[in-house]
Amino acid sequence: MGLLSTLKSIFGGGESPGAKKETESAKASAGPEKKPQTDMKEVSSVSNKITAGHVHMSGCTGCLVAVADNYGGLLTLLDKYVDWVYDLTLADVRHIPKMDVALVEGSVCINDKLSVQEIKETREKAAIVVAVGGCACYGNITRFSRGGQQNQPGHEAFLPIGDLINVDVYIPGCAPTPQLIRNVCVMAYLLLKGNDEQKKLAEAYLKPLMALPKQGTEACFCDLMTKVIDQGLCMGCGSCASACPVRAITHEYGKPQGQRDLCIKCGACYNQCPRSWFSFDVVSNYETILGAIRGALQ
Amino acid sequence: MGTELGNYKAVCSARSTDKDILKRAQDGGIVTQLFTFALEEGFIDGAIVSGPGEEPWRPRPFVAMCKEDLLKARGTKYNLSPNVSFIKEATRSFGLDKIGIVGTPCQMQAIRKGQLYPMGLRDVDDKIALAIGIFCMENFSYQSIVQLVEDHAGQKMESVKKMEIGKGKFWIYTDRGAVVQLPLKVTHKYEQPGCHVCLDYVANLADISTGSVGSPDGWSTVFARSTSGQTLWDKAVAAGCFEMKPIEQVKPGLELVSKLANEKINKNRKTLEERASFGVGKGLRSPYI
Ligand code: SF4
Ligand code: SF4
Ligand code: SF4
Repeated sequence: MGLLSTLKSIFGGGESPGAKKETESAKASAGPEKKPQTDMKEVSSVSNKITAGHVHMSGCTGCLVAVADNYGGLLTLLDKYVDWVYDLTLADVRHIPKMDVALVEGSVCINDKLSVQEIKETREKAAIVVAVGGCACYGNITRFSRGGQQNQPGHEAFLPIGDLINVDVYIPGCAPTPQLIRNVCVMAYLLLKGNDEQKKLAEAYLKPLMALPKQGTEACFCDLMTKVIDQGLCMGCGSCASACPVRAITHEYGKPQGQRDLCIKCGACYNQCPRSWFSFDVVSNYETILGAIRGALQ
Repeated sequence: MGTELGNYKAVCSARSTDKDILKRAQDGGIVTQLFTFALEEGFIDGAIVSGPGEEPWRPRPFVAMCKEDLLKARGTKYNLSPNVSFIKEATRSFGLDKIGIVGTPCQMQAIRKGQLYPMGLRDVDDKIALAIGIFCMENFSYQSIVQLVEDHAGQKMESVKKMEIGKGKFWIYTDRGAVVQLPLKVTHKYEQPGCHVCLDYVANLADISTGSVGSPDGWSTVFARSTSGQTLWDKAVAAGCFEMKPIEQVKPGLELVSKLANEKINKNRKTLEERASFGVGKGLRSPYI
């Protein structure tokens, strides 16, 4: 129950959260360790924000739209917590800069040299790589590509980013929800800039999402069959049907049925299911955590 | 008493003061009364409840927008109603900004996970206005209920007026006045397997949770849990929706609730342990991390 007391101290007082401690930001990464550059240090002593960016691989920009769909919350996020240092759509920066958090949208077209180079570069430059959305995590609709599209008909093979680089966090779903992206951004901020207690909370919250990359790069309705239903864990709550973006799941006599031909392999159903993974420690404190996140973005 | 009853701000024994609601209520008519009040006061603009489905006693989640709708959904069905499957739809097709939903403890867990980790539940997290949880020892599939009612109790599904689990038995009441009781020994094998890893009896994660256990016949035990749940409960009581008794003054009281909660949790913890070494050097998955 340590979390509850942790939470009470969060976002309390007038000071901006985590203002106490300067943190060296490149820790959580599985990528190559790099010495923090001197200029970076100076920047972070002036600003206590984290740096983040949007890396656009082969995705439909729906993930970026989901980021933007946080509306006022996004502005607060950019105002107080995050310097948005890279984004082909929104920022005039050509090359992937060093950053704390890279939000990667889309899968990697392995027929496209630049894409392959850029995803590798992202791993090198970012302390935390977040796969945002079904395509980056699991391939999603790009799994169904057979090439032939204008103006690059030869671009036909696409892989989730986790097949090419180590990924730290997954945000599944198609499109991923603005709220989950928001929650992860706030928690990433606490992880990198917060005090010890705040870090502990962020770690607990992010833990299941950080465990997902280790479970692989494939998703399907079948996950519910093989890991929940066949394992005798399904209790017919209905979450999976609610989460599915293409309504591939219905409930017959209370039990989930998937039309597998409709499934686009986004991973939302399995990860939404309370019987895929469930942390009492985090979820039991839903009121305080949600309050804190919303409070932070006021 | 330890953590088995979860966090709550207040607990009491209560029943609705509305005769219509009480008439065919499972116990104290708490859920129907609370949703009715919440709808009238604009605290919610609709409620996802288990309404009548295609076959007798087969529930179907539906969105109740008024008291008449709610009355149709009265009573416990003892079989699966995937109410959470409507939670995004409620904000879309039904345009609800403030959702009420009733469900089992596991469905409350599903809702809270969905608010903290919304995978596909876009724009839902701040629209859950009132989640009411029902105490739950286990649930059944529809086919299991048919087997119990028709094969074991020898009654037609359409003739059943009320089903109830209480006093160590499964009770079936019919329209023509028959009362059949089945020992729980008989019902056990029909329980939904997924219930055997469930670690919550009294819907710890609901805004308000309720069930018959702990209160006298015709009354329900009510826990106000979240801040918003407490606020609504106080308002409903102030508006005269409920008759209330302090839980300390009723029999059998909170002690029985605790006892059953511990029994369930301990039994299912044991199941989880057994699952961990289910095969030879191989175990079954546990969802809990
Ligand atoms: S979300 Fe999981 S537990 Fe709930 S109905 Fe779907 S598969 Fe079953
Ligand atoms: S069934 Fe639906 S939610 Fe599940 S992976 Fe397929 S498309 Fe995604
Ligand atoms: S026993 Fe648990 S899993 Fe089964 S229906 Fe009740 S709350 Fe859900």
